[in-house]
Amino acid sequence: MLLDVGNIVRIRLLSLFGTLSVVFTGAAMVVSSPAPSQTQQPAPGTPPPANPPAASPQGGMAGSAASPFSGQPQQGGLNIVVLDPAHGGTDPGARGTGGIRESDIVLDFAMQVRRALELQGFQVVQTRQGNEDPSFDDRSATANAQRGAVFITLHVSSTGLPGTVRVYVNSDLPPVTNANGLIPWDRAQAPFLGLSRKFGDLVQGLLAQRFKGSPDTSQTASVRQLRTTAAPAIAVEISSVTVDDRAQLDRMAPGVADAIARGTAAFKPTYIVPNVPGGLP
Amino acid sequence: MTPRWKVFVIAGLAMAVLAAAIYFPILRRRVRRAARLQQQSEVQARRELIQPVAVNPADPRVKTSLFWASDAGDSTLAPVTVELPLSRDPVPRSKQVLNTLLAGPVDAELRTLPPDAVLLGFYLLPDGTAIADFSEALATSIPSGIVSEQLAVDSITRTLEANVPQVQRLKILIHGQEAETLAGHLDLTGAFAVRSRQAQLPASQPLTAPSSEKPAVPTSDKPPASATGKLTPDKGPGKLSQPERKS
Ligand SMILES: [Zn+2]
Repeated sequence: MLLDVGNIVRIRLLSLFGTLSVVFTGAAMVVSSPAPSQTQQPAPGTPPPANPPAASPQGGMAGSAASPFSGQPQQGGLNIVVLDPAHGGTDPGARGTGGIRESDIVLDFAMQVRRALELQGFQVVQTRQGNEDPSFDDRSATANAQRGAVFITLHVSSTGLPGTVRVYVNSDLPPVTNANGLIPWDRAQAPFLGLSRKFGDLVQGLLAQRFKGSPDTSQTASVRQLRTTAAPAIAVEISSVTVDDRAQLDRMAPGVADAIARGTAAFKPTYIVPNVPGGLP
Repeated sequence: MTPRWKVFVIAGLAMAVLAAAIYFPILRRRVRRAARLQQQSEVQARRELIQPVAVNPADPRVKTSLFWASDAGDSTLAPVTVELPLSRDPVPRSKQVLNTLLAGPVDAELRTLPPDAVLLGFYLLPDGTAIADFSEALATSIPSGIVSEQLAVDSITRTLEANVPQVQRLKILIHGQEAETLAGHLDLTGAFAVRSRQAQLPASQPLTAPSSEKPAVPTSDKPPASATGKLTPDKGPGKLSQPERKS
């Protein structure tokens, strides 16, 4: 009987502790709620873009003829690259057994890609600078607000032959009809697919020379990030987070950066830049 | 300790015991109820799962093509042909085929879908759009990445294409909900083309010329006529006569 009473008291105390810890956790969460991230700012230390990213995104309205952002005269067509280190914040992306996180690696890759692109004379705008996680739409909007930009999203996969790199172009998706009869068009990438394919093939060709086992031409995949991007857009995915040592991935960064920069430079003359940001090519 | 203190301590303990004695049955009842609820949903899920795979002796045994990875670590698919008793009705047939795909190949290395993922439901709309509802594990257990997620979806769509002619396109739900991506990369907001384009859209050839298929010369970089047309739904709701490119 005494034992029973003891158990009851213990249960009571346990439940009291439970309540208290819930309260404390709640309080801690309120205190540590993240501040809104600033994602569309160009990196510090670089001149601001000729066309600063608009505060209100266009939402990827690729077909809108009357854009609120009238095109400013700009020389030379393509000169901005929007670089998207994927994932970040609470989303680590792919995770390797050795503690390698995709979100960290792509940020380091982005630094090197950025440098290589700047050496080729491009202006680079990053969708995130640190460990933030802007939404897919926010990242696309960074590109859609630019005129004469291309978009590159960087990834490290969980699978695939380690040491290979694949370039992806968005595949066309059939639309779905809502219950209210509206077609959610959200397909800003559609008019750019041909250009994206051309851009992707150029970059993939250069990557294949350097990273044996990589495909010769770009692949298609239904990449969410690309769908809402109103610009020539590619995803570059490196294999993989399963390497034993992070250094294996780090060693790939200069080659990837060089291929992307030279591929973008080769693509530049073929891209006739639309008159409005996010406009049709 | 003075006797007065002893009385206080004992009184306090007695009150705590009393409170606990009142609270304990309530707690026990709650725990039991929670356990019962979980059991129920498990039974429900199992019923959903078992129903479609139930073998009907009247079902004819047919050659079934299942698309698994062609090589471990490779990102291509290869069909494996097995003989299965399949229903003639497209919905149970799709469930049978997808459950076999989920069960996986003999060589577990060639799996395209996580072993703990289950098909919770499968529906077919009159226009040929299928809706497959998978458990959360499809999204949480799959290796994250464009290559792995695309391989998973391709194995589902190509297996349906090979075995269920009625399915034209596929919408994937995760636990009854529309998901933005499978595991951070692959777009689940739309529907995937299942039938090959030739079989599906014989009358809309002009529409099936997306800019990607045009010759690679700079002068051709104008939007195709269909590109602007895509944004004006003049064909009316429910008509899905858009170009569908297989990924
Ligand atoms: Zn990723």
